[in-house]
Amino acid sequence: MKEEKSDVRPESLSGEESPGDRFEISRRGFLKGLGGTAVAAAVFPKAAVSQEGTLRGVSVGSVTLRVNGQTHVIPRVEARTTLLDVLRNRLDLTGAKPICERASCGGCTVLLDGKAVYSCSILAMDAEGREITTVEGLASNGRLHPVQEAFVEHDALQCGFCTPGFVVAAVAFLQENPNPTLEEVKQGVSGNLCRCGTYTRIFEAVLAAAEKMRKGA
Amino acid sequence: MAVIPWKPPAQMDYITKDNPRLDGPAKVTGRAKYAYDAIASKCLVGRMITCPYPNAKAVRIDTSEAEKLPGVKAILVEEGKVCRLAGEFVGAVAAVSADIADDAVRLIRIEWERYPFVTREEDAVQPNAPQVHAGNERPNVRVNDPDGEGDVEAAFQQADAIYEGTLSTQVQTHTCLEPHGTTAVWDENLEHLTVWASTQAVFGVRNDLAEFFGLEPHQVEVITEYMGGGFGSKLGGGYIERMAARLAREARQPVKLLLTREQEQTNSGNRPSARARVRAGATKDGKLIAFEAETSGTGGFAGGSGFPLPYIYSVPNWRRQHTDVYINAGNARAMRAPGHPQGSFIMEAVMDELAYRLGMDPIEFRIQNDPNETRRRQFRELAKRLDWDRLWKPGPDEGFPLKRGMGVGAAVWGGGGHGSNAEVEIHPDGSVVVRCGTQDIGTGTRTVVGVVAAEQTGLSPEAITVQIGHSTYPQSGSSGGSTTCAGVAPAVKVATDNALWELFLKVAPVLEASPEELEAADGTVRVKGDPSRALSWKEACAVLGQESVVGRGRNDRSLSSSGTAGVCGVDLEVDVETGRIHLRRIVSIQECGLVVNKLTTESQMIGGVIQGISYALFEDRIMDRMLGHQINPNLEFYKLAGPADMPEIVPIVWMEPESLARGVIGMGEPPVIPVAAAIGNAVRNAIGVRVNSLPITPRKVLAALGTEV
Repeated sequence: MKEEKSDVRPESLSGEESPGDRFEISRRGFLKGLGGTAVAAAVFPKAAVSQEGTLRGVSVGSVTLRVNGQTHVIPRVEARTTLLDVLRNRLDLTGAKPICERASCGGCTVLLDGKAVYSCSILAMDAEGREITTVEGLASNGRLHPVQEAFVEHDALQCGFCTPGFVVAAVAFLQENPNPTLEEVKQGVSGNLCRCGTYTRIFEAVLAAAEKMRKGA
Repeated sequence: MAVIPWKPPAQMDYITKDNPRLDGPAKVTGRAKYAYDAIASKCLVGRMITCPYPNAKAVRIDTSEAEKLPGVKAILVEEGKVCRLAGEFVGAVAAVSADIADDAVRLIRIEWERYPFVTREEDAVQPNAPQVHAGNERPNVRVNDPDGEGDVEAAFQQADAIYEGTLSTQVQTHTCLEPHGTTAVWDENLEHLTVWASTQAVFGVRNDLAEFFGLEPHQVEVITEYMGGGFGSKLGGGYIERMAARLAREARQPVKLLLTREQEQTNSGNRPSARARVRAGATKDGKLIAFEAETSGTGGFAGGSGFPLPYIYSVPNWRRQHTDVYINAGNARAMRAPGHPQGSFIMEAVMDELAYRLGMDPIEFRIQNDPNETRRRQFRELAKRLDWDRLWKPGPDEGFPLKRGMGVGAAVWGGGGHGSNAEVEIHPDGSVVVRCGTQDIGTGTRTVVGVVAAEQTGLSPEAITVQIGHSTYPQSGSSGGSTTCAGVAPAVKVATDNALWELFLKVAPVLEASPEELEAADGTVRVKGDPSRALSWKEACAVLGQESVVGRGRNDRSLSSSGTAGVCGVDLEVDVETGRIHLRRIVSIQECGLVVNKLTTESQMIGGVIQGISYALFEDRIMDRMLGHQINPNLEFYKLAGPADMPEIVPIVWMEPESLARGVIGMGEPPVIPVAAAIGNAVRNAIGVRVNSLPITPRKVLAALGTEV
């Protein structure tokens, strides 16, 4: 574990990539999270051994991502690595949050070609060639996006952990529906969860942002 | 200097008003850095190793395969540890990426000695049940001493109406969206440890780590600028912080360690269950005179399932006995108003059932039996806001398939201030810095600090630089029991007043006045009653020359109180064909003394109502009794209320002059208390039959209707 010279992934040693690097998608990577822990019988043995196995993804390569208008070449990314992981842990864009790990809560929402997606459930390599916008990319020239402004004004946040996801989801929603009703807003942000309990404030903020945007703010 | 009282609310510019959060822009742009974000790309990723069995001992742990895995930098294991729940931690790894850390965990081979286990309360109390604490000879059942007063049996003889029933509540997990976690960094000589902690207790974590590593407190720096929800589960400084720091020491590199969602759901605390067999009696003039309850609950493997009964109502004759039941599941921790929502759900059901039996209006019946005068007035206000007198009927509603119903509940809480210190610096350039080691757990504490300093200096909250969430700042208490606001706001006020006094000493000669005659208001320093003798704030501060002034302060009890009242009312419809509940409107009324920031206070109330809805209708920790695992340790099947479930929510901050005059009182917790009770009562009112247990799912509604017809 000290010596990395024997790494089966040579790219991770040198940090250099050959242009022809190709991914080999790891089954392990896809299956992880689906479980695999040895299941105990109802009448269980007194002794047991737990160890999940030895398979793992081994393919790595560089990924080129276009994020918030900038192009990043990110070396040594595993095929199984999610977009969320790369944004946070390679690019330090920590606005998108790891919360449920599996597309249930929307805390990791980013825009992919303008459409809201859960970045925890998209592989980094699959985001190549797409225009990625994170919450950090919404404000322009130091000015908050009208949705962000409205969230602050209406106190549509408490701890703030779900907030980036809601803000991005709301931006995408208002692009599709610039003049929504309250009911449509409720449905429009239903891909996201909050634990502090800010939903009704969020509805107010999204409605107010819609009005601001219609007026060209 | 003697502590100066708060100025009259009518003269306040910021306190009692709506002030947007000072950290709102940081939170909506993603700039706010949480524990796991601090140095995201510049550290190793830690992962906990967990026990897959509900009652087992890790006899041997073989890490050799994991150690060979490239990219793994540290492994710590606890061979010999006994685990009382599936999901207990037995060690941790650190690796260069999350994926490799996960791989390492999978490669660790553990030999387990397994013991029989039990995950249902009804099984755990059986005479031959498997022992939760196998080998320790600790029984699964702990019977508490009985409590009560008066002559219960005699009182029941006098009762004109008696209700008997069994009511219960489920285990609710905190489900913080930010799982428990920490980033830990050591200096080269291992003499200084910095941790970014997701905690409700900056100083608690510091002290715990200092003690654990044999360091002096100043050698450990804890930073909590932002944290993603705690609700009571992040009060302890503990295992996760220590583990992250140990991994970082072992690897000689920074480490961030965040629980996975599954770990967060199974092993980071919960609100224990509650069950009560109750019997209660009242006289026809509307007096509750007799109450008895056999209660129980489970706090998992660790007990702690107590809850208050007969809760807020006066009853001269009562008896209650509580039993803690142990099971092989995650342990209880303080959760937003510990015990109270359970007690409220049970007691408010009793109150309604007695009112129905007496043919009385449930609100009137409560007013007759509630000893708290504020709450009695709140009940009347609630009736008005709900249009109760016009809309409420004894039920069941005639409508089909939608039946409308209304219900109420009430809460009590302390909310007195904890010990807190603060320090205010006024600089010659006019900038003002407030430092307080408190943490903002989402309640808006950072903004409270700014608002108080702004009120005292006559500047705007945005003009104040607020520095919180750091163990090098003046000591402040942990955020538990809604004690933060009433601790921090007075400390900041006193510190600001003291800094101003230092400033006035310097400025007085320039204004040809004595320092006692000066005040800071409207962006000036001026002579009281003579605004023509004034300097702008900047001019006044410039008088300081090169020397900043500093004021220190601590919480003074004359500026705060304890003991708050709140009520909640629900208007809903039940679809008797599907069993679904459609919430129409929820009104929440809460007293909190001198309201520091009305906007964020209302947000806390809305949050309490929403968490209450979630508790009432959706949340439930479900255990697999055959395997001993939690079946739903995730956000798909552990259901939180979502946006589409929301009714109209009306938060009303109780701002009667008598309440404002009480000084600051914390209120983060109480708004959650009566919500499930009020929803339960509204469902009963709509359909004429009670769903006796939480959560009130469509299936239970249909079953309840079935029993009645």
